[in-house]
Amino acid sequence: MAKDVGLHNRLFILAAVLAGLCLAYLTLGAHGDWGFILMFRGQKLVALLVVSAAISVSTIMFQTITGNRILTPSIMGFDALFLLLVSVLVFVLGGQGFNMLDPRLMMALTVGLLCIASVLLFGTLLRTSESDVMRMILAGVVLAVMFRSLTAFVQRMIDPNEYAVVQASSYARFSQADTDLIGIAGVLCSLALAATWKMRSRLDVLALGKVAATSLGEDHLRGQRIALLLISVLVSVSTALVGPVAFFGLLVASLTYLVLPTHRHAVLLPGAALVAGIVLIGGQLLMERVMHLTTPLSVVVEFAGGLVFLFLLLRSFK
Amino acid sequence: MIDISGLSHDIGGSPVLRDVTLQLQKGGVVALVGPNGAGKSTLLSLIARLLPVQQGHILVGGQKVGDCDTGELAKILAILPQEVHAASRLSVRDLVGFGRYPYHRGRPSNRDQELTEDALAQFDLSDLADRQLDTLSGGQRQRAFVAMAYAQDTEFLLLDEPLNNLDLAASRALMARLRDLADKKGRTIVIVLHDINFAAAYADRVIALKSGQIVADGTPKEIVTESMLKEVFGTPAQVHIIDGRPVVLV
Repeated sequence: MAKDVGLHNRLFILAAVLAGLCLAYLTLGAHGDWGFILMFRGQKLVALLVVSAAISVSTIMFQTITGNRILTPSIMGFDALFLLLVSVLVFVLGGQGFNMLDPRLMMALTVGLLCIASVLLFGTLLRTSESDVMRMILAGVVLAVMFRSLTAFVQRMIDPNEYAVVQASSYARFSQADTDLIGIAGVLCSLALAATWKMRSRLDVLALGKVAATSLGEDHLRGQRIALLLISVLVSVSTALVGPVAFFGLLVASLTYLVLPTHRHAVLLPGAALVAGIVLIGGQLLMERVMHLTTPLSVVVEFAGGLVFLFLLLRSFK
Repeated sequence: MIDISGLSHDIGGSPVLRDVTLQLQKGGVVALVGPNGAGKSTLLSLIARLLPVQQGHILVGGQKVGDCDTGELAKILAILPQEVHAASRLSVRDLVGFGRYPYHRGRPSNRDQELTEDALAQFDLSDLADRQLDTLSGGQRQRAFVAMAYAQDTEFLLLDEPLNNLDLAASRALMARLRDLADKKGRTIVIVLHDINFAAAYADRVIALKSGQIVADGTPKEIVTESMLKEVFGTPAQVHIIDGRPVVLV
């Protein structure tokens, strides 16, 4: 159909822009040994691509199963749990001990803990006959507040010098993604993304809501559970790589709906990943190489994402 | 055939359905009537597997609801949604196309697309096919939902108070189309109605529920009487026979 061709063309354009940006990121302003530069930047580039795909796809999927365009997975307290984990580790091991932890062990801890927590939360809350997603989200918000209070409590007991270690982990750090973790993060993320891609048509149906999805033969509850599990894998991988991000997913999802006006996840999911890559790598390129700014990109992205959030909120009250 | 036996259901500790046993034969329009809280919607939701069965069992076309594959059940039973979440980005054609999902699972064949276009034409939606769902009037949207259920090509179609937000013209048009589906296509329509007059005018069989139990079951002429209205609804409304069918004076 004509409409589909238009959408596919847009996907190709997005892919071309992203490829161009990647090339520029690898080569722009490079002096010295090419082998080293490509290796060094290539690792960072892969980390950024993994993060952008994970955050954007998880946000789109979360908005689909909740039927709400201004929610992101971070509302469920994922980032709060991550910070609690960091604070407790720094408290127990000390700043030195924490920094000496094997990043792979840290990754395994983060991913494992976040997945177990989400399975417990979704498992218990969704088991009740009414699969009430809104109640689950509210419970997540309340739990996030609890995690944050616990974090604040633990942080007060930490030596002020070591608190700096916690603080460094509390903000997204796109430019210093943990490159040691790329291998395992890439594998986990690819598996989750492949599973998400496989359920793209099911997501289209789940987006219609409980009655329509059930009538069309999709087990609504089961679909939600699988989607939430995939979301927790994706979010924990990206959190382990770059730390918590709040509004980046929202910014990217809103841009995606704008560029690709369709309900079909076969277009939305890759589209969101491409848009996220463009924003993240383009932004990084601009900040690092062109403007030589030292402001972290996360500050700018979160600021822009916050503005989009406010805009969406105000528009919905009209 | 839908075969319900010994069906009981509690919500929050209070019984909503009590030991309901009921057979619905193939073909025709069956209206469920009764006062608010009688359990009509719960009964429909249980048949449609929107709620888990607590006690008793429901067989739809020989398959036990709750145990059988939900994807297979979608080929013989559909329930009409009152709304869809993603309405803002769905065109009418997209929505009606979803009716074929149980058969193609995300990979529509040419045949599925033909059947979608056919459903659009049958329900006079061809001109509206590219309109976004949220730009339609309530009656047009309801028609698109029925077209989707028609495309799903199921033996049974369940509707829960579909006339709620419709004006008189849209209500009559919808009931006439449902009547048509039953007469010409041999479909079985089970519909929860509040307006007894619509039930009397369009249904073959009227089942009255009160406090979770079936209190009357028969043709509109047998059921829609002054004594039944008094017993089930507790209101002394007059019933006149006009043109051979009972009409409640409201």
